[in-house]
Amino acid sequence: MPDTATFPGPGASNAAWRAFLHGLPGVDAVGLQERAARLGTRSIKESAKGFAIDTAISMIDLTTLEGADTPGRVRALCAKAAGPEPTDRSVPRAAAVCVYPDLVGTAVEALRGTGVAVASVATAFPSGRAPLEAKLVDTRAAVAAGAAEIDMVIDRGAFLAGDYLAVFEEIAAIREACGDAHLKVILETGELVTYDNIRRACWLAMLAGADFVKTSTGKVAVNATPANTLLLLLAVRDFLAATGRQVGVKAAGGIRTSKDAVKYLVLVNETVGPAWLTPRWFRLGASSLLNDLLMQRHKLRTGSYSGPDYVTVD
Amino acid sequence: MPETKPETQPGTKPETKPGTARNGKAPGKAARAAKPARAAAGEAAAPAPAAVPGPLAVLKTYKLYLGGAFPRSESGRTYAVTDHTGRWLANAPLASRKDARDAVVAARRAFPRWSGATAYLRGQILYRIAEMLQSRGEQFAAEVAAAEGVTTEEAARLVAATIDRWVWYAGWTDKITQIGGGANPVAGPYFNLSTPEPTGVVAVLAPRDSALLGLVSVLAPVLATGNTAVLVTSHPRPLPALTLAEVLATSDLPAGVVNILSGDPAELGPPLAAHQDVNALDLTGAAPDEARDLEVAAAHTLKRLHRPDPDEDWQAAPGLARLRSFLETKTVWHPKGI
Repeated sequence: MPDTATFPGPGASNAAWRAFLHGLPGVDAVGLQERAARLGTRSIKESAKGFAIDTAISMIDLTTLEGADTPGRVRALCAKAAGPEPTDRSVPRAAAVCVYPDLVGTAVEALRGTGVAVASVATAFPSGRAPLEAKLVDTRAAVAAGAAEIDMVIDRGAFLAGDYLAVFEEIAAIREACGDAHLKVILETGELVTYDNIRRACWLAMLAGADFVKTSTGKVAVNATPANTLLLLLAVRDFLAATGRQVGVKAAGGIRTSKDAVKYLVLVNETVGPAWLTPRWFRLGASSLLNDLLMQRHKLRTGSYSGPDYVTVD
Repeated sequence: MPETKPETQPGTKPETKPGTARNGKAPGKAARAAKPARAAAGEAAAPAPAAVPGPLAVLKTYKLYLGGAFPRSESGRTYAVTDHTGRWLANAPLASRKDARDAVVAARRAFPRWSGATAYLRGQILYRIAEMLQSRGEQFAAEVAAAEGVTTEEAARLVAATIDRWVWYAGWTDKITQIGGGANPVAGPYFNLSTPEPTGVVAVLAPRDSALLGLVSVLAPVLATGNTAVLVTSHPRPLPALTLAEVLATSDLPAGVVNILSGDPAELGPPLAAHQDVNALDLTGAAPDEARDLEVAAAHTLKRLHRPDPDEDWQAAPGLARLRSFLETKTVWHPKGI
């Protein structure tokens, strides 16, 4: 665990950042994957499964990030987030609805009074290839429209080129532009190539003021995996011990089944403990996952298997 | 695991050493090693004529047929299958509720493609199944003879009837629309047309007695009309069905259109009957005292139901009842020109 005194401050040089991030302990890739796989074999049944399913539903950031998103589609998604199962009010609501910045207004209006937050991606999602000014405008527009949470992407190009200072300053600038809104920093782990890089990017984001670190955009080949999520969880645990500040984790992309979702909850519980096992500190970014959770919930309550005809088509 | 391998396996050949039955290599190596030794010893030693091991029977591992693959049961369970005299034949997988669930998922995934295929293509594929079945006729005849206790000649006749049955249903794929639908006379300036469409995923409990002919007689009509099937085999006689899976897998039938589970209909029937993603249920293989409960469970999700005729003669002409059982009628009103 890094020593607090050695953290590079806001005025640090690129060399200082490089020295710090490359001084982080290396990741044992095989050990990490084995640990994640081992935790994935836990058998969660009956009442524990019921708890896990409800917890997972309450942690979902129900997401629609398509070029074809319409206000109608966003409103339908909001209705689903606020009451996932219209015939059963005991189903918890989702944590948030995640949309593109131009649809934030629609979502805010649809979710008023429901307790579901509106999250918006920003900073030229998903590639992040835009001038800083454009990213700041993007962010401020989303916040002004009422987004309570901002999902930004880091500049992977700068990170991979070793320009850590640029990445840090960009995150810090967006953090400032967010105002009161929560900032989730998307590391896009699938493009960072190595686990060591993921750990470095995670520390960089946390030191720059991220409220959440998030695995992926969901737009690349490799999205959230148990191993890279476990790595983020280890990093936020170490960060809390070193600085006293708690940072949340969001696993996003590729989580489609209840079984997968429960595996992530096991990772959270076994790595960082129940302190993170709430929607405030752990999120699942997904769209089709909610339907599978609802079907599993039905199976658990009635004993008969449900089918896709009994849940909404997005 | 309630049911396990019997302690002795009467099916294994007596001359094979224990532990080598599944491994054809070991005795082969021994035989090769023995040859030069005998040659070196020459005639003087005149060793006792060693028992030359004949070709070893490789025992077949029967498996489920799920989504085009051949997995073991998710539960890891198997049960001993015997012939009509009680002699051990093989171990068959004992499918669990979760296997049934996975089978429904596979069948649902296969449904759009199979129901969307042209009737002509479906007919060709069903015909091809008959071709493949014919080329393995002897194997099926042997399995039917062992399972049902009939003579070899009778078994061969049953296999021939099975092939005929596939061909017969293959011919119906592009004709059932004309028989099951038509133009309806209506009072108004409209064309009114009804066409039958496949119901969806059909869970089939195969007949308990007739291991191959009965099985095909319940499966083929489900496929011919464009449905996909989750089939639970006869519990005491599952082997011909599991071998049929190998025929289906090599007949251009898309993966998941047929899923075959060997197991206990009393265990697999209730979850399938209550499953919300199953559209129809064929109760042919259900025990009479269980059929009522299955019907009640199926009613909760408005499944189509095929009630079996208890005296159904599998060798008689099948008629259209089973083809008509798993169809939905779509009716279209179309305004006529003035």
